[in-house]
Amino acid sequence: MPLKGTISVDENLCKACELCVEACPQHVIALENEKITSRGFHPAHLAQDGCTGCGICALVCPEAAITIYREKRAG
Amino acid sequence: MAVLDIRDMEIVYGHPKSLIDLNTHYCPGCSHGVAHRLIAEVIDEMELGDTTIGVASVGCSAFSYSYFNFDFVQAPHGRAPAMATGIKRVRPDRIVFTYQGDGDMLAIGTGEIVAAAGRGENITVIFINNANFGMTGGQMAPTTLPGMKTTSSQNGRDVEMMGYPLRACELLASQDGASYIARRSLHDPKNIRMAKKAIRLAFETQKRGLGFSMVELLSTCPTNWHLTPINATKWLEEKMLPYYPLGDMKVHPLISELKV
Amino acid sequence: MAKELWEGNQAFAEAAVRAGLKAFFGYPITPQTEALEYLSSRMPELGRTFLQAESELGAINMVYGAACAGVRVMTSTSSPGTSLMMEGLSYIAGTEVPVVLVDVMRAGPGLANIAPSQGDYNQVVHGGGHGDYHSIVMAPASIQETVDTVYGIFDTVEKYNAIGVVLIDGSIGQMMEAVEMPPMLELRKDYPDWAVRGGFGKDKRVLHSIHFEPLDKEKANFRLMRRWQEIEKNEVRFKEYLMDGAKLAVMGFGSAGRIALSAVRAARAEGLPVGLLRPISLSPFPHQAIRQVAEQVDNILVVEMNSGMMLEDVLKEAKGRTNVEFYGRMGGVIPFPDEILSEIKRILAEKTHSDMNPRDQWLKRMEGIA
Repeated sequence: MPLKGTISVDENLCKACELCVEACPQHVIALENEKITSRGFHPAHLAQDGCTGCGICALVCPEAAITIYREKRAG
Repeated sequence: MAVLDIRDMEIVYGHPKSLIDLNTHYCPGCSHGVAHRLIAEVIDEMELGDTTIGVASVGCSAFSYSYFNFDFVQAPHGRAPAMATGIKRVRPDRIVFTYQGDGDMLAIGTGEIVAAAGRGENITVIFINNANFGMTGGQMAPTTLPGMKTTSSQNGRDVEMMGYPLRACELLASQDGASYIARRSLHDPKNIRMAKKAIRLAFETQKRGLGFSMVELLSTCPTNWHLTPINATKWLEEKMLPYYPLGDMKVHPLISELKV
Repeated sequence: MAKELWEGNQAFAEAAVRAGLKAFFGYPITPQTEALEYLSSRMPELGRTFLQAESELGAINMVYGAACAGVRVMTSTSSPGTSLMMEGLSYIAGTEVPVVLVDVMRAGPGLANIAPSQGDYNQVVHGGGHGDYHSIVMAPASIQETVDTVYGIFDTVEKYNAIGVVLIDGSIGQMMEAVEMPPMLELRKDYPDWAVRGGFGKDKRVLHSIHFEPLDKEKANFRLMRRWQEIEKNEVRFKEYLMDGAKLAVMGFGSAGRIALSAVRAARAEGLPVGLLRPISLSPFPHQAIRQVAEQVDNILVVEMNSGMMLEDVLKEAKGRTNVEFYGRMGGVIPFPDEILSEIKRILAEKTHSDMNPRDQWLKRMEGIA
């Protein structure tokens, strides 16, 4: 079973370019349309369950806005 | 949605220390951000933060000195390799790198970059190729593709009148002084990973005193290409890769043995 | 120390070495190439940095980099190379790091020839690349004076974080004279507290000439201007010869001033009341001294190896106070003392003086000659 993961997106840095949305293999990232950052962007966020903490979103993010968390392996 | 407690989790990836978490002036989706991040990650991993001096050039990345967390200078257009040479020659134990765009390095800067590579100057050059002059609004650059429309080639680059694009890696790799020359791309996760490895090897080349190193990074410019960031990555893959093939144009034997 | 025979270019190169020059970046161009060649072996011999750059563009930017790293650095060139370096000098001025340039002038404009001239006065004293700033410009007239000027200018530029230009011409560069070399200074082991060196986070230092907000740039510009006022107060240099009771003052810098001195001595030998004021600092200009002389004498004769560049600065102080005339040779032609003596005699003999601009008068007089 894949590990559980989660991300946090620094809304001060995110520019809603959607590269993470496109790149996420689990398709769990989306822009948060109900939110607008101080710079006028809809920030990216984890929209659904299923994040495995693979880190691909952080890999493509031009703003280094994403922090990746992953469950510690048992044992 | 299940709420996960991050206190039970480990951080797998966090903001690099060598990058200041300042909102940048780069456009949304611009590859400059990815390139900056990769350089910062490599500097962190190699623990070079207090040994490195960066040389910013002229272009969108003129202000890159604001975003990195270490010493920087800023050079006139095209002259970064000369400025880097001046610093490296008097502080040879420092890591010195330039960060240059295609207008800076291949238009006004051809004299300086060819001379630096020819001399085998022990510096590292990070070369951002997005096929246009970005900062000034999207004019034709030495790397603009044949037929590509820009603000100064509005009907598309006509090679009869405006000549052919320059391929920096092939040009410089032919010189004995060049020790590590590689072209990578930043358009998708797999290529970004490979780009990071190349950047690492370039800095390793310098750290080991092996000569001139350069990594050309094919990059998107969504604003001047008039494409969304996602579509810009697709355009790069479709149009730029055929003209600018990815690969290692020159690898010093000691570097090819290195595992990073 | 005993006097030795030195060629001008090699002498100024050695003077810089003795002053603790840590790095030299240059490019071959006549008539200063001997300095580059000399340093190409002298610097490595002492374990210091030397590199022949790909062009003057490369050289000045290498100098810029090394200056940002906080070391004593210099380049030398000739007039066409100085033109190429203007961009770099502007950036260096905007970044406020100290740098020394020796310009061994030749004729212009264009490729011209390799003969001596003083045609860079405007480009270096009044110009120097875009933007609001001034360089310190010194114009020695002999090899000894050049050696002493180059030796001392490193301290000066570091005191003010300024650009120091030592302006000589091809004849000074190429000739040989007896010189007493100054003592060898030890190389500094430390670096200034503003130099880039590898610093992280709070220790990070950035050196650049960008001030994106106009009001910030203006503050920087004002800072440069006020620092220039300090330099004007402290760094004016000139020499006066035989000015006691002089009714005509000849004014010239560098080789023109030196040749004029021969003419002035010859004039005095004939009982003519003539003296010489030789500016050594062209920037800051000895305005005060010129004005005082203008108040004393009836005539000033400015002599230059150009079309009358320092003439304009003399006119600023002397116009309306006294008659100002001009004699110049260009294109690499060097005036002889007897040409200047003729001019002195002509001026002293004339009962009335023309109102016409001194340059136009000179052009008229030169119609038979050139």
